[in-house]
Amino acid sequence: MIMSILVDENSRVVVQGITGREGTFHTRQMIDYGTKVCAGVTPGKGGQKCEGVPVFNTVQEAVEKEGVNVSCIFVPPPFSSDAIMEAASADMSVIVCITEGIPILDMVKVTAFLRDRNSVLIGPNCPGIISPGKTKVGIMPGAIHRQGDMAIISRSGTLTYEVVDQLTKAGLGQSTCIGIGGDPIVGTDFIDHLRRFKEDSETRGVVLIGEIGGTAEEEAADYIKDEFSKPVIAYIAGRTAPPGRRMGHAGAIISGGQGKAEDKIKALQTAGITVASDLATLGETALDVMGKNEVA
Amino acid sequence: MKLHEYQAKDIFAESGIPVPNGQLVTAQDHAAKAVQIINGPPWVVKAQVHAGGRGKGGGVKVAHYPYEVVTATETLLGRPLVTKQTGPDGVIVNQVLIEEGVEIDREFYLSMIVDRTSARPTMVFSQAGGMEIEEVAAESPELILQEDVDPAVGWMPYQARNLIYGLGPLPSPGAIKELISVMRNVYKIFTTFDCSMLEINPLVITKTGSAMALDAKLIIDDNALFRQKELLQLDDPREKDPLELMAGEYNLNYIRLDGNIGAMVNGAGLAMATMDVIKLAGADPANFLDVGGGASEEMITKGFEIILEDRRVKAILINIFGGILRCDVLARGVLAAAKKTDIRVPLIVRLEGTNVAEGRKIIGESGLRFLVATDIAEAADLVADQVLGAG
Repeated sequence: MIMSILVDENSRVVVQGITGREGTFHTRQMIDYGTKVCAGVTPGKGGQKCEGVPVFNTVQEAVEKEGVNVSCIFVPPPFSSDAIMEAASADMSVIVCITEGIPILDMVKVTAFLRDRNSVLIGPNCPGIISPGKTKVGIMPGAIHRQGDMAIISRSGTLTYEVVDQLTKAGLGQSTCIGIGGDPIVGTDFIDHLRRFKEDSETRGVVLIGEIGGTAEEEAADYIKDEFSKPVIAYIAGRTAPPGRRMGHAGAIISGGQGKAEDKIKALQTAGITVASDLATLGETALDVMGKNEVA
Repeated sequence: MKLHEYQAKDIFAESGIPVPNGQLVTAQDHAAKAVQIINGPPWVVKAQVHAGGRGKGGGVKVAHYPYEVVTATETLLGRPLVTKQTGPDGVIVNQVLIEEGVEIDREFYLSMIVDRTSARPTMVFSQAGGMEIEEVAAESPELILQEDVDPAVGWMPYQARNLIYGLGPLPSPGAIKELISVMRNVYKIFTTFDCSMLEINPLVITKTGSAMALDAKLIIDDNALFRQKELLQLDDPREKDPLELMAGEYNLNYIRLDGNIGAMVNGAGLAMATMDVIKLAGADPANFLDVGGGASEEMITKGFEIILEDRRVKAILINIFGGILRCDVLARGVLAAAKKTDIRVPLIVRLEGTNVAEGRKIIGESGLRFLVATDIAEAADLVADQVLGAG
């Protein structure tokens, strides 16, 4: 079997915060999908079992006993930055942080901490990562995905499910779908993952789902124009969002004239990227672009 | 969470950033007394509202005689103030700050935010003080200087020197010392109180050579309020839309907008996209409402009630992609709300994802007048029908 990016069927997952409500629920969901959830961590509950998975007090112990290499974090916001740093210090190759609501100054410290380490952080405030048919590390509904050759990178959760559903129904399966998170500071951005998909033989095209706030989409557009030759279809949420208001996601705010949807759409279009203007027909648009590309 | 200017200035003063002497006045007959204890003339009377654009909207008045302070206070207190950020109805001014007038030698702009790209606190400094920084950025970006802070060491004095020694002409040695101190204290406040934004515009050097913050904006990171409990008492609920306030109590993410199509969606991204879909269908969204990933039946019911509370709403679009939130839970929540409230508008329901069959069954057997859409395209068509029907 061909390797997908970041995670695959050999990934050994530790769930940090496994005994919490969300942690337990999604551990079961991940196991049912086929993910190798090998360990859980809840400080003080080492020695217990949760959904049949052994629980440890520290990530380090989970590494020693179960050889875990990927972490999925469900711990509450006040303790999340500590959990991410613990996972990184235990050398997890990929850390997926689902938690929403981490203070921004905590993420400043986390980002600095990760700079000299090898871990790839996905999130926080994200649905996680899935390579359909192989593994899912996160909270997305597995059933809507099909294995295939479209990659998705998105700042959103349920909006990504909507797009995945449309792609699947249009006959376009997915290689890997990554929710990079809706916070102002996230571990990895569009470009980090575009670089990986560029080298990924399994991925033929990319759907990029952005939203208002920040300039990540504009930066991605520049990168794609210069270095990324696979077809890209983009969608930007929030064209009708009023300036100065935070639209649910902590990062989704138009401030100081920056972060507007129309600027992002223009930057992407200038880079030659097809931007779907209507969410309702995104699947068709993708099929159109990918179909044409096959002929070419 | 936004703080008022006078609250931010209290924090500044306690943290070593000089501010003008001032007095908060909440009743008109207190203005005359305030004038007696504050140095002047001149005095400055400033409306205390969260909305920006206050100066241009007439919310800041300079008074040269005590009776003018009283008149200015009367003009502002208890009346709506309209700025470019408030909408046509404006916001009611509940408090004014009466301050001593300060003789200004030079004005600067100083702020701190967290830069998204570098993921570090960044100080922004400009000699173009008193202007809107967005305008300066557009017209003369070379006047804006920035310094990123390494979180391992915090703000260092050399960074203040980098910002200040580029000024022409150079301020006096005493003023430079004070500016350096203000910058150090800005970083201290920013990190101590978990700010997401701190802005001083203008930061001035007075005719007597002292640095002083004439204005103050502070926004506290909502995500950090769990460890900033003493700041919670500074929250001013009068500044918020009553429906937004009610939504907040139930952890619902609701923002009131100008249109007439209500929307209930799970997930912020999908909620934004649904607003766009409504707009594309030729209608205007009445609100943004994200019920979140793990909403309970009660939260759904409450969300529904809040949408219906808005009398402008002519139709409601429910767009749920069930992940963690199961479609059957959503359906039960809507039915519970429907039983309690008199639903006077058409309901367009689009359900997909986890337990969709059960959810659709509950909706279908309810006997209520639902318009069921199987996908977003159909939902958009149904919204368009409502608009045409209404027109």
